[in-house]
This record gives sequence, C-alpha cells and structure tokens, in this order.
Amino acid sequence: MDKIDIIESTAVLVPVDNIDTDQIIPARFLKTTSREGFGEKLFYDWRYDADGTPSRENPLAGQKGVILVAGNNFGCGSSREHAAWALHDAGFKAVVSSSFADIFRNNALNNCLLPVKVSEAYLEKLTAVLKEEPGTVIRIDLAAQTISAPGAGEEKFGINGYKKECLMKGYSDIDYLLADRASIIEYEARTEGVAGH
Amino acid sequence: MGKTLFDKIWEKHVVKHIPDGPDVLYIDRHLVHEVTSPQAFSALKAKGLKVFRPEKTFATCDHNVPTLGQDKPIADESSRRAVEQLAANTAENGITYFPLGDPGNGIVHVIGPEQGIVLCGQTVVCGDSHTATHGAFGNIAFGIGTSEVEMVMATQCLMQSKPGQVRITVNGRLAPDVTPKDVILYIISKLGTDGCTGCFVEYAGEVFSDMSMEGRMTVCNMSIEMGAKGGMVAPDETTFEYVAGRRFAPSGKELEEKIACWKTLKTDADAIFDKEYVFDAADIRPMVTYGTNPGMGVAVDGTIPDSAAGCDAATFDKALSYMGFRKGEPMTGKPVDYVFVGSCTNGRIEDFRAFAKAVGGRRKAEGVTVWLVPGSKEVERKIEEEGIGDALRAAGFQIRQPGCSACLAMNADKIPAGKYAVSTSNRNFEGRQGYGARTILAGPLVAAEAAVTGRIGIGKQ
Repeated sequence: MDKIDIIESTAVLVPVDNIDTDQIIPARFLKTTSREGFGEKLFYDWRYDADGTPSRENPLAGQKGVILVAGNNFGCGSSREHAAWALHDAGFKAVVSSSFADIFRNNALNNCLLPVKVSEAYLEKLTAVLKEEPGTVIRIDLAAQTISAPGAGEEKFGINGYKKECLMKGYSDIDYLLADRASIIEYEARTEGVAGH
Repeated sequence: MGKTLFDKIWEKHVVKHIPDGPDVLYIDRHLVHEVTSPQAFSALKAKGLKVFRPEKTFATCDHNVPTLGQDKPIADESSRRAVEQLAANTAENGITYFPLGDPGNGIVHVIGPEQGIVLCGQTVVCGDSHTATHGAFGNIAFGIGTSEVEMVMATQCLMQSKPGQVRITVNGRLAPDVTPKDVILYIISKLGTDGCTGCFVEYAGEVFSDMSMEGRMTVCNMSIEMGAKGGMVAPDETTFEYVAGRRFAPSGKELEEKIACWKTLKTDADAIFDKEYVFDAADIRPMVTYGTNPGMGVAVDGTIPDSAAGCDAATFDKALSYMGFRKGEPMTGKPVDYVFVGSCTNGRIEDFRAFAKAVGGRRKAEGVTVWLVPGSKEVERKIEEEGIGDALRAAGFQIRQPGCSACLAMNADKIPAGKYAVSTSNRNFEGRQGYGARTILAGPLVAAEAAVTGRIGIGKQ
C-alpha cells in the first residue's frame, strides 16, 4: 500500500450529485481479471461519444490535479472496486464530497484513495472558489485531518483512528486479519452451534 | 435499553473490537461471482494462501453470461475468460461452484436463498451491492469490494465499523395492483438515493409481515439504492417455511433447533433506532421512475414532478434531459421500445407468474422487444413446469436463459442509445443498460402492460 500524509494539488471539479460507479467506470470494462489499466476507462462515457470520439461536453476537459471535488453522494450504486482502482490508476489521491456511499468509501480506503467528507456549506464554498479560480491549490493534511484552500478557508474532516493510522503507515486490513488468525480460530471454536454458523 | 435485530446478529459475530476502529466481524456465508473475484483470488495466490473456509463460500457465474445459446462456448472472449477463471479458481480452492447450465446456476442473489445456502441470523457478503437481498431472511447482508472479498477468502472476517440504524415501517394493506417493487420504489422516492447512507435498515409493519419471501427479497435488494448498506426483515413462519427443504439448508432436528433460535431474532420493544420512518400502504400506487437514479420515481398515473429528494436542481434537469422528458408530463401513455423482466430484483418465479397473469390473453405488442430472463435455472424450470412458458410463447414472447442480462448490460443484452426500456431491474443510471439507454424502472405488472400495449400504464388487476 502507498502512504498518505499531505496532499497538495489543484483540483478536478465535477459538481454533480449522485455520481454512481457506473459513471466512474461502465460495466462493460469490468471483464478483465487484473487490477491494472482502469485509469484509461475512468468516466469513459463522459469523455467519449458512442463512436469513441472525444466528447465536446466532457466535464473533465482541461482540468488537472490529484484531488477530485464532486457533488453530494459520490460513488453510489455498484460495489465494483474497479471505480476506486480507476481513480487511483488515473492518479487521484483524494476525493472531496459532502457524502460518500459506504461501499465506495471502504474501497477507496483500501486503495489509499482518501475520501474527504466535508460539510455541505464547505463543499459549496470550495466549488464556488474552483469555478472562479480553477487553478486554486487545495491542501489536505491527514495527520491534522484538515482541508484548506485560499478563499474557502479550512475545515476539519473525520476519519477513524485505526484507518488513519493504516493510511499514514501504509498498512492494510488484510495484514491485520492475517496476523490475528488465532483470534478467528478461537472465535469459531467458541461459537460453534450458535445461530447462523 | 433494548436491542435491535441488527444489534443481536452483529454482536454474535464480533470476533474482537479495535479501540477507535472497526470490529473484526465473522462472516457466515461468502457468495462469489466472476466479475469481482478474480483479482482477489490472484492476490490470495500471490500471498501463497488458499481460501480459509471454502465450505462457507459458494460461487456462480451470472454477470457475463449470454442469455441465449448457453450450451455453446461464450462468444465474447473476455467474458469467456472471466468465467473460465472462476471455474479454475473455485476448483483450486475447493469451493462449491454452479457453472453455466448447472441446475443450481443463476444470479447469485437468486440462487443463494433458493438453494438454502443463505439461512437466518447470518452475516452474508458478496462482491456485489445487491447482497442486501439476503436481509429478507433476517441476515446482516451487504456488498463489499474486491479487497474485502480477498479478506473474507483469507480469514472469513472483515473489519467493519458498526453502521447507524433506521427502521422503515409500512402499515396497512397494499392494493391488488401494488407489488413489492412499488413499495421499495415509493420508499426510495421519499428518502432519496442517499437517504440511508451509513445505515442498516429494518423493514417493519404489516406490509412486510404479509409479504412473501420473494417480495421481501425484492424490497431488501434495493436498500442499497437509498444508500443503505443493507436492509432486513425479522424472520417469521413465512421465512422458516421457505427455508425448509432447500438443498443446502439444515433439516429434521437440526432445522427445528435452528428455528427455535431464529424465533428470538426480533427487535426488542424498547430498542431505539437512529431514525424512524412510517408510511401508509394506502398511499402507495404502482410506481415508475422518470429520471436517472432510483429515487426519481412517481406513481404510474402521476406526472413528472419538478424536484426529487436528494437531487439538486442542475442534476435533476440533466436527468430529465437525458431521458427526453419534461416536468409536469404524465407518465401514463409514454411509448416504450424495450421491456426487460429479470434481475436479482424481479427475476423470481412470482415475478413471472405476475407478469404472465397481467398479460392475460393478450399478445406481445408489435415493435416492442421483450426480454424475459429467469433469475436462475430453477426459476426457468418452474416457468416451464407451470405452463407459463407455453402461454407466453403462444402470446409472442420468448423466454431466455438465466443471468444478470440487461440489468447491467455486460453481455450482449444491451438497450440501444435513445431507446426507452421498462425494466424490472434496480438501476436507471445513465448508460447502465447500454450507452445512451433510457431506463424506466417498474414492477412486473407495469412491465406486462408495456409489453402488450407498447406504452407506460397499468392494467386492472
């Protein structure tokens, strides 16, 4: 796993609510059995018309940065981790929204892509600033749990202590679980025969 | 303070709690399909590991499969490879696998309950957001990503923070033309697509206690469409009756003991939820969607509103423009090009029975393409056994073979750009059913009316 500490970058602004994982990566690109190369397919149907020519309405055109600023309820819909892989593969390190779908948020955290949940008021301010000054640099400090940008001010964001440590040190859940298989085996022995097992 | 059904199941499955962090949660059933598992199997192999508890893991191929000519090799090369990879991975790890054509094959969320793999009071996961379906049996069932699939394969556990809890009560009795699909589309239209984000939902009230298991599955299935991690209904006699006699379900004395235990799975009277919503069955009409998220729904005899819950004005207008609809227009009478009946939401035998009954003696409309796709081989078998297949074929319809099909259009079943499709599936997102496809979500009765008249509407039931 990569590590996250401070992310400082211009942003790609897509001020649309309810961006679902079918928009992030359409299902027809999920047939491959590896984790590589999904960045090229990111927001594919926004970037290209049906015949493969670049779309004139592409909302991402001309924008650069490793921080994606999106509308409310980002990542809703399908559980496909390919959405997080595609964002990560395309170079994104953080997504800023006022709400994230649960499965997407977990997928992002498991791929060192930081979901930064801000208040609706802050997202509104940040969106206005980015529309006015597209080159504005945003600073995200994971240790301090703050996001700031000139003109939008600073806001604190939440993340649980365990996940924060994982991201800062590059640990993953699977390493934790594998290291603690003894507890799992002990649990199985203890609960044999109870409902569900 | 009392405990909720959710609390009771969750607590039984906590292996350990991490301070200021998630719980290590034990998983009873892991369902696997070909799209979200290959990267997990490879990562496991790279670590020199095998699936830790293969007897709790069950696999099927459904997303990539064709719905015609399943006896022949899959024509699309990458789809064929994905399916072959699943066969190899499951064989290598000793996992029960239902290959294409097997009597147990079908959509993962249809076969789980049908084969008695999923019981009550369990934790159930799958790399698929519609895993919420299995909450119908009183389970904590939720979708996970591929990294989490790998964790469950490696350790039979996940690290999960306990979510918030919401109870949605629907009192009263449904009108004869209102199906479980209409109930959930109605609820989502009221709460919006992120109305329950960060939460688990318990469905309560007469409407759900009167509902069949298949109806409860339809409702729980779409919990994710309002942001909920999952949804559940407390198990009761309807549940136990459904489970008894299924292939992988316990039987005899073992089943009796389980049922005695499952009967305790109820929310205590003094339990407190983070949020409660109460609706009246009398307010629910047959529903259709008019926009590009499942929250943009309206009664079939209603008009397109000028806003939707959880949808800002710009997003709302963009959706209507994609659909080619205008605010204030009636939905009834709108022309339809395609009808799709199937998916993990409405691809079960009761859906085909309802569709066939609503078709009545009428014929398929000229100019409408209708795809009837059973959710599983077992559903396909019952369609033929009950004579539904013959009746529908005589009326000009074709019954296809099981799979996810046009719900997400990963196979050849794609709705062409600009065409209108009435679909009994779960998502009307832009491009979900094919590039530029315009999806109108509905239940099987509205689908039947569209199939025989070529228009949106509802017949007299």
